[in-house]
Amino acid sequence: MERLRRNPELQAWLLLAAPVIFLLIFFMAPLLIVFIYSFLERGKYGGVEWVFTLENIRRVFDPLYFRTFLRSFNIAIITTLITLILGYPLAYFIANSPPHRRSALLFALMIPFWTNFLIRTYAWLTLLRTHTGLINVSLMNWGIIEKPLPLFGNDFAIILGLVYGWLPVMVLPIYAALERLDKSLLEAARDLYASNFHAFRRVTWPLSIPGVVAGSMLVFIPSLGAFVTPAILGGGKSLMIGNIISNQFLGAHDWPFGSALSMVMMIAMLIATVIYFRWTVKSEALA
Amino acid sequence: MKRKQLFTLLVILIIAMMALAACGAPATEAPPPTEAPAAQPTEAPPPTEAPSQEGIEPAKEIVIYNWSDYVAPEMYDLFEQETGIKVIEDNFSSNEDLLAKLQGGAAGYALIVPSDYTVAIMIEEGMLAKLDHNNIPNLKNLDEEFTKMYYDPGNEYCVTYLWGTTGIGYNKDQLEKPPTSWKQIFEAQESDPWYGRMTLLDDVREVFSAALIYLGYDNNSTDEAQLAEARDLLINAKKGISGFDSDTYEELIGSGENLVAHGWNGDFLQADDEFGNIGYLIPEEGGTIWIDNMCIPATATPEEKLAAEMYINFVLRPDIGAMLADYTYYATPNKAALAEMSEEYTGNPIIFPPDEVRAKLRLIKPLGEFESVYQRMWDEIKAAQ
Repeated sequence: MERLRRNPELQAWLLLAAPVIFLLIFFMAPLLIVFIYSFLERGKYGGVEWVFTLENIRRVFDPLYFRTFLRSFNIAIITTLITLILGYPLAYFIANSPPHRRSALLFALMIPFWTNFLIRTYAWLTLLRTHTGLINVSLMNWGIIEKPLPLFGNDFAIILGLVYGWLPVMVLPIYAALERLDKSLLEAARDLYASNFHAFRRVTWPLSIPGVVAGSMLVFIPSLGAFVTPAILGGGKSLMIGNIISNQFLGAHDWPFGSALSMVMMIAMLIATVIYFRWTVKSEALA
Repeated sequence: MKRKQLFTLLVILIIAMMALAACGAPATEAPPPTEAPAAQPTEAPPPTEAPSQEGIEPAKEIVIYNWSDYVAPEMYDLFEQETGIKVIEDNFSSNEDLLAKLQGGAAGYALIVPSDYTVAIMIEEGMLAKLDHNNIPNLKNLDEEFTKMYYDPGNEYCVTYLWGTTGIGYNKDQLEKPPTSWKQIFEAQESDPWYGRMTLLDDVREVFSAALIYLGYDNNSTDEAQLAEARDLLINAKKGISGFDSDTYEELIGSGENLVAHGWNGDFLQADDEFGNIGYLIPEEGGTIWIDNMCIPATATPEEKLAAEMYINFVLRPDIGAMLADYTYYATPNKAALAEMSEEYTGNPIIFPPDEVRAKLRLIKPLGEFESVYQRMWDEIKAAQ
């Protein structure tokens, strides 16, 4: 007891014990299982045979699956860019609102989260359906279009659903960065005859980069692994890698291949994250 | 500087968590960490005791794993009133889904409703418990035909729930001439009104069966060249469909969003009740027939098993069997219930296809190892652009 009281290091470890054990059991152990399963042979109807093989890893690079990988990357990058373009001005606007209004605006931004994501995604269906969706029916009734627009069952619908779902996640970190920004720096820029654009370009933007990086990662990663949105808004016809992975477990009974796909995806994400961090940190330094 | 480091650290932590949620989730869902690594269930089904398990009280609550919209809503309440056993329902949307969930270690289900070929697989894998016929006296109401099914002769493991066919449903209001052959589905032309306005089932074996039947092959083919031909046909057919759907296709026909759908007969009849504009047919080349069954998973406790057997007995009662048939519009295997049904039901050619149509209906059979070839080609179809 006496030792514990006098040893702050031991105190810290004791405090950390619970989260560390939690992470070891529920984070590291499942990851380890996924890793090990990637190198085993499939059981007939699920499960694994304890025979070592590299076949699963090879199959990931089969053009069929690899194409879906690249397509998913594309969709995730486009989603991230659109949420950034929409989210940055929004965050800027909120951060520059009078303080009493800020919390109301942030509150409004969070309201959609009160409803289950699945229900919100299904709600989009009533808007986007090709022949009975609100948008196409209205446009056709008003005589603006003659043939319904292809709004559903394609990449457009998937990206729309993802942008809608992840926009708040982009706004919040950028808002946090902008809100902390020291206004006297902008005044200093003005005093040095910087135009609005230059003040933004040389002061605001560089200082908000940590928020942009965080927001982009928070949007990019779940978009890449998405499987609910493409399953619903893609009509089960337009798929992302998340759907292929979930089908290995829920349909194909091929756990090892599903694990291999997950592993490769995680590694790809990690590489993309590191590159992105490096790149933004460098551009921050240059700015 | 310190504050920024803390911020970055926080971001990295959140990202790590999200990465797990994003990509780890589907993967880790299946193999739960507590499970022994070798997931092959080798435990034999518990032996059946001859006398009704003495001293065992039925469970107070059971969970039934069923297809969606596949029970008369008042049945569970009635069962609870009579026996005091509360029924909770959970749903799956394909046999593969059901099999995967159970293989993944999902426990707690007292009763499941797999189709014929999946029953065969589950028996082979030791996933089902043997029924105690002493607890199911109403088994005598089952039509003799259903006591001799290839996958479970003598109803050792399961009792037929309902049976039906897979064919084509269409919107009668908007289509004067519906497609009557698979050719018009798989090789639809842009001039066809249903081009881009139809769905196929999100079900690997059903879709391949339809394609193989159209190509004139056995719908349980294990010839890779024939399967590849079916795959190419289906990849090409993707242009003409709005999606793969096993859950909402009949409502989409009713609402006029789609005009044609590949699906199950009773679903279309149920939706016709609501929308009044839905027709159904078996294409010229033929379709599939399936038999769904009530089975008890080997993981059920003795108390749950007893309660589930009481439920099976309840469903086999003439009045309850009639209630189920009347609501779902699927064909009942219960001859005592059938005697209580109206002419409108028993004489409905969509529910009970005439002999010349029945001759064109095929069962889906279990294929063992070869199933992985189907799955791979299914992935190829799904991933094709």
